[in-house]
Amino acid sequence: MNNLLNIIAGLGSSFRSKMIRLGAGTRLFFLIIIYSADSFKRIGLTIREIYFTGVLSLVIIVVSAFFVGMVLGLQGYYTLEKYGSSEAIGVLVALALVRELGPVVTALLFAGRAGTAITAEIGLMKATEQLSAMEVMAVSPIARIIAPRFWAGMISMPILATIFSMVGILGGYFIAVLVIGVDEGAFWSQMQANVDFSNDIVDGAIKSIVFGFACTIIALFEGFDAPPTAEGVSRATTRTVVISSLAVLGLDFILTSFMFV
Amino acid sequence: MERTKLDIWVGIFVIIGLAALFGLATKVGNLTSNNIKETYSVYAHFENIGGLKPRAAVKAAGVVVGRVNSIIFDTEAYHAVVSIDVDKRYVFPKDTFANIYTAGLLGEQYIGLEAGGDMTNLAAGDLITQTQDAVVLEKLISQFLYSKASEEDK
Repeated sequence: MNNLLNIIAGLGSSFRSKMIRLGAGTRLFFLIIIYSADSFKRIGLTIREIYFTGVLSLVIIVVSAFFVGMVLGLQGYYTLEKYGSSEAIGVLVALALVRELGPVVTALLFAGRAGTAITAEIGLMKATEQLSAMEVMAVSPIARIIAPRFWAGMISMPILATIFSMVGILGGYFIAVLVIGVDEGAFWSQMQANVDFSNDIVDGAIKSIVFGFACTIIALFEGFDAPPTAEGVSRATTRTVVISSLAVLGLDFILTSFMFV
Repeated sequence: MERTKLDIWVGIFVIIGLAALFGLATKVGNLTSNNIKETYSVYAHFENIGGLKPRAAVKAAGVVVGRVNSIIFDTEAYHAVVSIDVDKRYVFPKDTFANIYTAGLLGEQYIGLEAGGDMTNLAAGDLITQTQDAVVLEKLISQFLYSKASEEDK
């Protein structure tokens, strides 16, 4: 009997602590919005962070996009070939990348490449009491550290997703047209006929903005909330990847069911 | 790292992003192929539109000359009223035929316009009187089966 009660109590307390963390995360978001004006006065800070989250992620994004595009080209060709419509490979690659894989894979890579760096950096700053030192000097750590990273993530993620989609399509083009020999004109013209700018490309961009928001705010919150120990920072970094990935995939389902009816 | 060098890299990053977006819009999407700008709308009544959808193509001799704007059901006459936006560059005689065709065996449906011989042209708001409905495969099959059965009866 007591055991059972303990289990129920454990469930309740873990739910409660998750809710508290969700509330704290939301409060962090509002604090970021409030302090954004202050942090934009020193725009150099945000640009510096765009360099670290965006520019330095460019290599992994471009390389993986090219491979994803090539795999889509190959797999799509083998299947479409059976139905004698291998020219539709362009549509398949473009729609898959623009609607789904571009935003989702970019967000997953972004969480792994940039999100972990943000969490570890802020967690370590907290552990070494740099954040407290700032507060003592009457410098708001939100305006100086958190807000620039938030806006950098929000700006970098859509740009990275757009680059991912374009490079992926070029990868599909490389395999389908240059290697396998699908007709080039059919590849591009079928793609243009079936990919709608306002539906497919803009919806993909909206997805990438939402994912960018989710990944960045999770990474920031985990870093800000991490226990100031080596173990705490390492756990927070792990949680960043796990929660970001789950959030991206879950949000992707919700957004998709809204967008492509 | 030096401040200016950082700015340059971020600038390059943003420019690559914009270039990718431009590529998606022009090369991948249909932003450039939608070059129908000024249009006039005409109407057509159909008993059955099959799978015709708004924004479906309107073609004459295979050339896209317009788009289907809206499809509504008329509850008084019980037929579909299809509003068609035709490019201003093209004019058609008043007795033009509007037929619903299917692209390929299982493709999308579109409206094909076939010009008649009338001297006056369709103006904005006019009604295309001669229309031909979409072919419904089930109807076609049942007609075929009935005619087969009646042949066997003889």
